[in-house]
Amino acid sequence: MPMETTQTPQSDPAELESRDMMLNIGPAHPAMHGIVRIVAKLEGEQIREAEVEIGYLHRGFEKMSEVVDYNGVIPYTDRLNYVSPLINNMGYCMTVEKLLGIEVPERCHYVRVILSEISRISDHLTCIGASAMELGAFTVFLYMIKAREYLWELVEQVTGARLTVTYCRVGGVKADLPDDFVEPCRKAFEETRKVIAESHGLLTRNRIFVDRMSGTGVISSEDAISYGITGPFLRATGTDYDVRKDCPYAVYDRLPFDVPVGSCGDNMDRYLVRMEEMEQSMRIVEAALRDIPGGPVLVNPETGRPIPAAEMVDLAKVGDIGAISGGCAVTGPTLEGSGRAQHASIAADEKRVFMPPKEDTYGNIEGLMQQFKLVMFGHGIQPPQGEVYFPVEGANGELGFYLVSDGARCAYRVRVRPPCFAIMSALPKLLIGDMIADMVPTFGSVNMIGGELDR
Amino acid sequence: MKTSPLIESVTDRFPDAVLASHTYRGDATVVLGRKSLLKVAQFLKEDPAFEMNFLMDLTAVDYSAFGKRATPAFFASSGVAVKPSPQIPDEDPWPGPPAESRFAVVYHFFSTAHKHRLRLVVPVEEGDAEVDSLIPLWPGANWLEREVWDMFGINFTGHPDLKRILMYQEFEGHPLRKDYPVNRRQPLIGPVN
Repeated sequence: MPMETTQTPQSDPAELESRDMMLNIGPAHPAMHGIVRIVAKLEGEQIREAEVEIGYLHRGFEKMSEVVDYNGVIPYTDRLNYVSPLINNMGYCMTVEKLLGIEVPERCHYVRVILSEISRISDHLTCIGASAMELGAFTVFLYMIKAREYLWELVEQVTGARLTVTYCRVGGVKADLPDDFVEPCRKAFEETRKVIAESHGLLTRNRIFVDRMSGTGVISSEDAISYGITGPFLRATGTDYDVRKDCPYAVYDRLPFDVPVGSCGDNMDRYLVRMEEMEQSMRIVEAALRDIPGGPVLVNPETGRPIPAAEMVDLAKVGDIGAISGGCAVTGPTLEGSGRAQHASIAADEKRVFMPPKEDTYGNIEGLMQQFKLVMFGHGIQPPQGEVYFPVEGANGELGFYLVSDGARCAYRVRVRPPCFAIMSALPKLLIGDMIADMVPTFGSVNMIGGELDR
Repeated sequence: MKTSPLIESVTDRFPDAVLASHTYRGDATVVLGRKSLLKVAQFLKEDPAFEMNFLMDLTAVDYSAFGKRATPAFFASSGVAVKPSPQIPDEDPWPGPPAESRFAVVYHFFSTAHKHRLRLVVPVEEGDAEVDSLIPLWPGANWLEREVWDMFGINFTGHPDLKRILMYQEFEGHPLRKDYPVNRRQPLIGPVN
């Protein structure tokens, strides 16, 4: 009689005990660029389900914007996407300008475009550098941060700050570009191009990098659109939607640039699209610096006698208006570029919106009153009632501001459409089916910025 | 009064659903009864003349304090509101809040094929704050609707998982409602699990 043998479960791989494992990643994890929590259900190393939890950096931007005046919101916008704050500044200010129905001078448009493209480069450098670092390429990270440093020095030279710049104003910008901007900009771009070439050499054909990036985090163009994904993430899938080309604002319709697109929508494509966009952004800045109209109005030796600002105040106090009217003051570094000589080219011609040149504030009662009417509590810009939506191309995609005004001195409702919110909502779709290790490059290519995601 | 062709074709197609429409600063806006939202949204997505493949943004406005906000100071600005410059066309003034209702859910659509945008505004009553979910048409509406529920307490019929997104689960109230004081503090509680 043959003995009945029981099959041992170990002998048949199909009968191995398999259990799903829950893995909690974050909220604070070294491979996460911000504070976000992903709860993944794993089968072996494969992600079966994923749930993304956000909101850890919520600071009530939209609520705060309803209680401060229109210019007071600008510092808050710096803290949305804090890697490219100048684009947020520009988006918000252009939305208020659309509501007010005012147009800024052409030079101001160029200045804003130049700085927002520089910000875009620094954003892409940070994104690629950080995600390369997470894949072990620490050298690339250091190179890219070095290049970002050159760009931030440019930003610092113009705005006086590196991170929270608060550079744009409703109806203009804080100050004109410094006189010697073109040369440092050329040098910074030279260095940036060197870094991009080096990074291409280190990454683009690197076996380890390509193996981990290509074929992971794939999303189709239709899916990306249905989730509302825009920006480099959408362009990597092959759809060439770019706000700068399709709904041009400022002077983008006059500047030459191409919109790079990918073909399969995986991490590698997103990396390549971002690398090419940096080159295109530099192309925009170079063309803008070439075409920018009406440079700083030079001081007229007959009428404009630059005198120290403090001396100007003293002259005004004793009523010696003749000595200072029409004169230009030598301003301190914080006010540089916002004096009378540059004022006309950076500010909209609307007294109820933009501050007077400092010479007028110091020198005559009209200027002083204009300044006070704008900055004193209870005063400020008063737009008509209305609602507007205005999109700009942020570093991560369409950054839109929706503004409702009830005619009071502060906005009735400010809504930001944060570009990475849409991408994060599609994150489970990107992760499911991939290995747990693929989460790192996929999440890196999302370029999640907590400030704009959670507001 | 100038209307855009987009508004005209929506009004022609759904004469009963459209409550009002306007074009302010070039933004075409249609105010819609909430019952026909799904129908109109589907039409906007599929009609070849619209092809609104993007649901760009979904948000809400609490109009309960509109025009009633206390002046911030005794000497509140006596200045005149800024008038737009003559170059900016403004023949079509903003007609004001959409309806008597407290809330308005605001949808922004965009078409990559035609490069046009359209705003849908759906007024919602306070006692019956509920609209249809757009998730069947755009999965991206999921998080956006969660955010609107979190911030305004507006329900979305058919949403599979309507829970807080930016605030934590124990948070009380809906912070972007106008009756939620800006300086109200609540204890910060960590996640439950």
